[in-house]
Amino acid sequence: MIAEAGLALLWLAAALSLLQLILGWAALRPGGEGLLRLVRPVAVAQGLLAALAFLALIWLFLRTDLSVKLVAANSHSMKPWLYKFAGAWGNHEGSMLLWVTVLAVAGAAVALFERRLRQDTLIATLAAQAAIGLGFYAFLLFASNPFTRLSPVPVEGNGLNPLLQDPGLAFHPPTLYFGYVGISIAFSFAVGALITRDVGPAFARAMRPWVLAAWIFLTLGITAGSYWAYYELGWGGWWFWDPVENASLMPWLAATALLHSVTVLATRAGLRAWTIMLAVVAFSMSMIGTFLVRSGILTSVHAFAVDPLRGAFILALLAFYIGGALLLFGLRVRHVKEGSTFEIVSREAALVVNNLLLSVILGLVFVGTLYPLVTQAFGQEISVGPPYFNAVAGPIALILVAVMAIGPMLRWRRDRARELGGRIAVPVLISAAALLALVILAPPIGILPLLGLTVAPGVAAASIAPLWRRNLRRTPFFIWGMVIAHLGIAVSLAGMASESAFITETLVAASPGEMVTAGPFSVRFKGVTPVVGPNWTAVEADLEARRGTGAAFALRPQARLFSSPPTPTSEAAIRTLWDGQLYVSLGAEDTAGRWQLRLWWKPFVTLIWFGGGMIAFGGFLSLIGRLRRERRGRHEEEEATA
Amino acid sequence: MKTLRLVLWVPLIAFLVFLGVVAFGLYAPSDRQIRSGLIGRSIPDFDLAPAMPGRPGLSSANLRVGQPHLVNVFASWCLPCRVEAPQLEALARRGIPIDGIAVRDRQQDLAQFLTNYGDPFRAIGADVDRRVQMEIGSAGVPETFVIDGRGVIRHQHIGAITEGDMATIVAAYEAAR
Repeated sequence: MIAEAGLALLWLAAALSLLQLILGWAALRPGGEGLLRLVRPVAVAQGLLAALAFLALIWLFLRTDLSVKLVAANSHSMKPWLYKFAGAWGNHEGSMLLWVTVLAVAGAAVALFERRLRQDTLIATLAAQAAIGLGFYAFLLFASNPFTRLSPVPVEGNGLNPLLQDPGLAFHPPTLYFGYVGISIAFSFAVGALITRDVGPAFARAMRPWVLAAWIFLTLGITAGSYWAYYELGWGGWWFWDPVENASLMPWLAATALLHSVTVLATRAGLRAWTIMLAVVAFSMSMIGTFLVRSGILTSVHAFAVDPLRGAFILALLAFYIGGALLLFGLRVRHVKEGSTFEIVSREAALVVNNLLLSVILGLVFVGTLYPLVTQAFGQEISVGPPYFNAVAGPIALILVAVMAIGPMLRWRRDRARELGGRIAVPVLISAAALLALVILAPPIGILPLLGLTVAPGVAAASIAPLWRRNLRRTPFFIWGMVIAHLGIAVSLAGMASESAFITETLVAASPGEMVTAGPFSVRFKGVTPVVGPNWTAVEADLEARRGTGAAFALRPQARLFSSPPTPTSEAAIRTLWDGQLYVSLGAEDTAGRWQLRLWWKPFVTLIWFGGGMIAFGGFLSLIGRLRRERRGRHEEEEATA
Repeated sequence: MKTLRLVLWVPLIAFLVFLGVVAFGLYAPSDRQIRSGLIGRSIPDFDLAPAMPGRPGLSSANLRVGQPHLVNVFASWCLPCRVEAPQLEALARRGIPIDGIAVRDRQQDLAQFLTNYGDPFRAIGADVDRRVQMEIGSAGVPETFVIDGRGVIRHQHIGAITEGDMATIVAAYEAAR
């Protein structure tokens, strides 16, 4: 019954999105004003129904209802409840349902809370959101139905991919999707504004919090995903530049650019067409990413079941939505008024450079991700990996970070180059000192990590500069937000550079009782013992590590074998210290009774994710600050009119 | 002003190019076969002890005897190996010599496997630590190599041999003669 109810809810939600689209269109036609107030409730109801359908799926997974094909294929009655719950989106159909649910809920949120946008633009926005929803409902219902029944009912399910059996699955995909799909709001805002020709500072101020909210989730989701891959895959890497990761990075780059250009539009009424373009691009990147991941077009060497129909379906949706938005852009944006001008040395100019650099990085990642497809068209199979991405994106990212340090020190509209020189003197000196110290004290390291470690401290200092001589208690939240987010970039950069520069890797085959050296640590391999978990068995190594004469601590990496489906995984043991992580994974046993051990000492690697968290937290403070200021503004307006 | 208007259409044009490339990629028949880097090279030297008592083991010298054959990398614990067993039998009935490399196997399990699923092998070498498997460029079980009379690897089939793969295997064998 529950599966049928879920399916019915999904059909109803799809029908409501169609209604929302038609109502929105009719309301914007001359004489349709009477319909205006109907659109909001429909959008809210649609979000509610989609959320209920999603809850129905979760319920089916929690009960392990094996008469549902998706549950039987991806779950197992003996699985811990957390993975039954999170397993609902650990598969294609379930994750697409989550995708659509976030889309619908985001639309409902706009319908409920958006009060600043001009009413006709708001209605156009909701209609656009409904139009996107409609296509993806169709995709779910016709090509990826999560509620299909199975007959005969199997005795037991196939189980969840053990790599996904981790608490990370419970929060990484939902967080990421809230950002990844939530950015659809920016897209719909842009389409709405193009339809009603309402591109101005008021529009930008209305759009900004939504962009910011989606961006916060996206930042958190990417950070969490990076840490998850780092400890779960057992390879010790935190970013692999694989198509799935790039699919989440590209919307983030576009959203970051958008976040900054929308500020120029809100504050100085500039960059109108550009901001609209970025809003379209950000969510387009999400849709393209979804296509790349779901169609299997780029991951063809992996053993995922690939259905060409699904790929073609999403491709048709892409062509329609992105093509449609870009067509509308080409037709309408020329009617948008020119923004106000600014000089070469000004905050706007710095933000334009920031936008250009982010766009260049986005373009390079995009080209690198799709290049294998292009060469395939010419009959050559290649893959593009870290050597390309690091070499092209790294240097530009460093320049970008340097510009980020200077930007907040500049005044809007016009500033004096000579005064700027005085302001950046301290950060530049700090960077120079760092470079000097590294060259003299550190062992020779690669040029990119060296530059990273040079730039990071200077940028950190520059990030705090906007607080200089301010009354900290009176400093608005959004200034704090900017400071913390920019500081987070510096912290994260320091982590990345430090890890690349100073990592030590030890690969040994050790017999029980043997001593191994890993960086500054001496590690004793005491032996292995068998361990049993709820749905796995494992061989666990017992290691005791100490640095110099410090206290000893235990490390217990496991080589696990999950029972359903039978899959071996490696559970790394990670010890976090204040200045880095010791990371150990256990490999196979050889014939002589020795065990393969891989040990990494990664100095300050944790800063990468700590910085990511700071960036998201900065965004959060900024969001609170903007909302508070607006509320106060509205109160003042009301008082003034009273 | 005129050029500015053209610029506004650049994103749409770029997107259409993207669509073209991707649509092509989606429908172009892509070659998903993984090719071994060892094809065309001579099989590395190895000497494996017999996996079954009373039967020959397998060494690289056995594979350079002027006549092509198949080498099947398998194990009794491998489910797909059971699936491909009838196809191997059929190949052996055609008179194609097949040698086996049993990976990480135990004698009693292997005897059981050969009794239950058939025994098309001339010789079976025991690759206890997977070393030989790695050296000949095989990453998993089952895999089947076509080796010509001079000991050169001519073809590698990854995964179980299904009915549909028979023609390819036989053709590769014929080509190696």
